[in-house]
Amino acid sequence: MTALLETQALEARYGDFQALFGIDLALQDGETVAIIGANGAGKSTLLRTICGLNAAAPEAVRHRGQAIGGAAPEAIVARGIALVPEGRRLFLSLTVEENLLMGAYAKRPGPWTLQRVYRLFPVLEERRRVSGIQLSGGQQQMVAIGRALMANPEILLCDELSLGLAPIIIRDVYAALPAIKAEGTAVVVVEQDINQALAVAGRVYCLMAGRVTLQGRPEELDRERIRAAYFGV
Amino acid sequence: MTGAIDTILQGTLLGGLYALFAAGLSLIFGVMRLVNIAHGDLIVLAAYTAFLAVQLTGIDPLSSLIIVVPVMFVIGYALQRGLLNATLGRGILPPLLVTFGLSIIIQNALLQGFSADSRKLLLGPFETASIPLGPDLAIGWFPLLIFATAVVVIAALQALLHRTRIGRAFRAVSDDPETARLYGVDHRHLFAMAMGVALAVVSFAGVFLAIRTNFDPAIGPARLLFAFEAVIIGGLGSLWGTLAGGVILGIAQTVGAKIDPAWQLLAGHIAFLLVLIFRPRGLFPRAVD
Repeated sequence: MTALLETQALEARYGDFQALFGIDLALQDGETVAIIGANGAGKSTLLRTICGLNAAAPEAVRHRGQAIGGAAPEAIVARGIALVPEGRRLFLSLTVEENLLMGAYAKRPGPWTLQRVYRLFPVLEERRRVSGIQLSGGQQQMVAIGRALMANPEILLCDELSLGLAPIIIRDVYAALPAIKAEGTAVVVVEQDINQALAVAGRVYCLMAGRVTLQGRPEELDRERIRAAYFGV
Repeated sequence: MTGAIDTILQGTLLGGLYALFAAGLSLIFGVMRLVNIAHGDLIVLAAYTAFLAVQLTGIDPLSSLIIVVPVMFVIGYALQRGLLNATLGRGILPPLLVTFGLSIIIQNALLQGFSADSRKLLLGPFETASIPLGPDLAIGWFPLLIFATAVVVIAALQALLHRTRIGRAFRAVSDDPETARLYGVDHRHLFAMAMGVALAVVSFAGVFLAIRTNFDPAIGPARLLFAFEAVIIGGLGSLWGTLAGGVILGIAQTVGAKIDPAWQLLAGHIAFLLVLIFRPRGLFPRAVD
């Protein structure tokens, strides 16, 4: 069966520094996969490379069997792969609604509209005319997720949704995942918070120093093996 | 008293021309943080394009805008796509050096093509027609047309930025070009569109300049200086601020000229320096930078 998204021997570099070494990863339709690992393990680099922000060999990333490695980010989002970037990266001079509309810039058809995003995050409709800079961290994360959904992705890549958020807010943000998955969207979640990742994912990959050190279903992985793969101890 | 009102009035109207010089510069800086040293020479290029259009087709200078605006738009798009995009994202120096070089090339190409002779476009009686407001007070129709055009152009640019899909993308790419690409914005095309729009605005500046005064291939850098001053006085990236900056510069120059004709330019520069000292970010800076 052709995977929805696949990386084969994926490598990535920042100048002379090699950040990823031969990453093999597969994602099936509708699946949720978590990528865990310590700071600097290469998790964000992996998502950035899939999205075309970092260079990659064409055959190293495949979407429904087609080589897309190293394609321009605008071509990749048009194929239905959207990223919720680390640190939210809202357009701060745009209002909440304008940020969401920017997500739909590629005009990809699908179930997600402004109204649908507002149903998922009602607080954003109340604050739709407010600049992104005036929102709380949790609300900013909701805008970032909503903006990526407006691209009507079949694969949603989420980079550190919990970063800098209080536990109660993290719970609210993750509460949106079932509604997103209900639309048939496959989700890749990058997380430092292992418990959060294990709770939502059907499969987990653990990265350390740019290599996959462990993979499997959450119920198959005991904590000792995860700790060893995560910290290398 | 009438003299003072007249000075303020004429200065304000002159400010309309300076705002037209500056609006394109302000837009380009706002969208892609590009400081275009060749901006003044592009104004002069637009003036010569109008001159050529008038010579070849026999239409009147104002109607030549029908030709000059699309021609300058295409030149802007091609210039950005073919040359200036390659200078962005590599620090502050490459765009400055390349546009400086472009300025020299445009000046010399115009010199080669049109000689150093001064030219002027003639509009007939409309150039000097005026509306009398009192015994010693009148407003010229042509300066009024320039000012009204400046207001309409800036309102149109403002509407483009805040009410259209491409304007939203201009602002998003200005905030964070990399993230804008993640949602499908081709920044190379978008920057080229912005330069096209900027040079379409420059067309108005060039045609009005060519009707208002003599021009030759060497006058670009001085227009660039006025444009810079208007943009900085108004606040970087703010279009209505640019109009206000143009008006303040225009009034300062007119007041200076009233005191002593030799003081006209100096008074403008002094106003600019005072704003830099007391409001270094300009009078109406953008909230987010």
